[in-house]
Amino acid sequence: MDAKAEDAPAMAGEARPIRVVVAKPGLDSHDRGAKVLARALRDAGMEVIYTGLHRTPEEIVRAAVDEDADVVCLSLLSGAHPVLVPKIVRLLREAGLTETVVMLGGTIPDDDVPAMRAAGVAAVFGPGSDLSEIVRAVREHVARARAGAAGA
Amino acid sequence: MISPPFGSGRDPAEGTAPGPAVAEREPTTLSGIPVQLVYTAEDVSELDPRRDLGTPGSYPFTRGIHATMYRGRLWTMRQFAGFGTAEETNERFRYLLAEGQTGLSCAFDFPTLLGYDSDDPRAEGEVGRLGVAVDTLADMERLFEGIPLDRVSTSFTINSSAEIILAMYLAVAEKQGVPWDKVRGTVQNDILKEYTAQKTYIFPPRPSLRIITDMFAFCAEHVPNFNTISISGYHIREAGATAVQELAFTLADGFTYVEEGMRAGLPVDRFAPRLSFFFDVHNDFFEEIAKFRAARRIWARVLKERYGAKDPRSLRLRFHAQTAGVTLTAQQPENNVVRVALQALAAVLGGCQSLHTNSMDEALALPTETAVRTALRTQQIIAYETGVTRTVDPLGGSYYVEWLTSEMERRAEDYFRRIDEQGGVIAAIENGFVQREIADAAYRYQLALASGEEKVVGVNVFRDDEPAGVPILRIDPEVESRQIARLREVKRTRENRRVRQALAELERAARSGANLMPPVLECVRAYCTIQEMDDVLRDVFGVYEEDVSI
Repeated sequence: MDAKAEDAPAMAGEARPIRVVVAKPGLDSHDRGAKVLARALRDAGMEVIYTGLHRTPEEIVRAAVDEDADVVCLSLLSGAHPVLVPKIVRLLREAGLTETVVMLGGTIPDDDVPAMRAAGVAAVFGPGSDLSEIVRAVREHVARARAGAAGA
Repeated sequence: MISPPFGSGRDPAEGTAPGPAVAEREPTTLSGIPVQLVYTAEDVSELDPRRDLGTPGSYPFTRGIHATMYRGRLWTMRQFAGFGTAEETNERFRYLLAEGQTGLSCAFDFPTLLGYDSDDPRAEGEVGRLGVAVDTLADMERLFEGIPLDRVSTSFTINSSAEIILAMYLAVAEKQGVPWDKVRGTVQNDILKEYTAQKTYIFPPRPSLRIITDMFAFCAEHVPNFNTISISGYHIREAGATAVQELAFTLADGFTYVEEGMRAGLPVDRFAPRLSFFFDVHNDFFEEIAKFRAARRIWARVLKERYGAKDPRSLRLRFHAQTAGVTLTAQQPENNVVRVALQALAAVLGGCQSLHTNSMDEALALPTETAVRTALRTQQIIAYETGVTRTVDPLGGSYYVEWLTSEMERRAEDYFRRIDEQGGVIAAIENGFVQREIADAAYRYQLALASGEEKVVGVNVFRDDEPAGVPILRIDPEVESRQIARLREVKRTRENRRVRQALAELERAARSGANLMPPVLECVRAYCTIQEMDDVLRDVFGVYEEDVSI
């Protein structure tokens, strides 16, 4: 469905704020983007949990479960995304988080995007992405996921 | 809600001469320093040229650290390189030397930076991705095969584990028959900015500083031509700091190292001549030049007046510069060649001693050989075609540049006061002040981009929506398994009794407070792995966990 971002919570039938886990998987130490995004999502009214650096896939999944996350935003600038991202998505699904939206940002070459999408990533944002676009995408994907869950 | 500056689709500014409307607010530098329409002698009336500028090569070195500057010797052209296994990086090193590069600069992968071997579960997917994988001396031997260590200087971007990488390099020199006093280069070894910016820390600040002062003492005696530290603003800036913050936090870190060295009982002139610096060179042309000039003046004055340094070499701030990775765009990547050229020119006009120019494709991946060559050629064009090397500090005496140099100095001093009030740099890191200042600046900048107040050509103005279409470097996924196989082979063939003894000796030294370099050297010669050594030190020193806040 094409819910307008602002209408999303109402259309999904609940007012609960969107809960986001912003995560830094692996040994990547570039955290500027993740921290800027975490603030932007918070300023857009979402509840944001930032994992901090150097988290294993298992730690990120645990955070998503514990925090009841609607969205997990992964930030990777290390080139380790082909290994780490599919693993995280698989572990999330195995943990029963079937509706949790996974989004990815960082230095992800265009050629890798189809594989990331195929692994279950809802959207990929590269360098130079507009913050407002990311915020909008988070709202839209969550609205869709909540609508899907409500209809199920 | 943040809105994009020009909505989507075609940009209204596209194709029209003046571009987006000239801002109505008072223009400022990227650091937020208000800039007047014109500067005159009145703006620099308090400047005493003899006292505040000196002549090139003389105190306070505002105009440069050498009297003859680039006429005497050009800056070192030093491209940061490293990926895959030691073989691949060795090949890139030799390529760069053949293309006229004059120094090496080595990038390590994240497992190496963080003290994990390539076969550790945490290293999965990371081996050789963002730098070369080094587990044991065997990798270092291969990395420098065919490169005589008395003929090149090598810079290593390594902080935690710097003592291990330096020991490996010295062990390679031994094997090549090169005496240690002929070995030249730099280990980054600047742990303070790891906690605030680059984030490849392992141990807490106190034991980390002890390792660093052990290296100061060891190198002063045995490796006199090696820079034991490269006090780095680069990562602070890339993490989002302004030029003023970069200047202030970097120099404050530098003062802290001086104090730690003196506290360890070393006379300041014994180690200060081997301290070097590493700055970012960003888009704001004159602000960057002023930053470098201010840095030299502040360093010379503080070393002389506060720390009593007398050796002129202690007072000279020598620096490497790298063009700003954060300014590279994934959109219209060929524009990056122009950005890099302008930034590199600012570094040269600011008097750098060595320079790395980024490659046009680095917002997307590690650079291809072709892209690196263009980046190196950019430096060569500045050096050999523009004529800017003919005269020293050609912008010295410019009303604007001198005013801005003094203004940067004043603003840095404000930060020094604020840091001192909190009890110094370590306290200001532990209480999160420095990290907050950087994160706030990063967020402010991102909001300014979103509002269109700051402009990036090809990204929020003058866009086109064609895909980038540049070839990018691919790291072979087999690198990881090849590296793991090599590591297993080393472990199988080394003398394991010697390994155990060396590691036990390392632990004893770590606990006793003895200088760590001799036992680390013995570990390295015994082909201990980087993780075996760091695990010993983790047990003794503990590990650092950052306070996560946004």
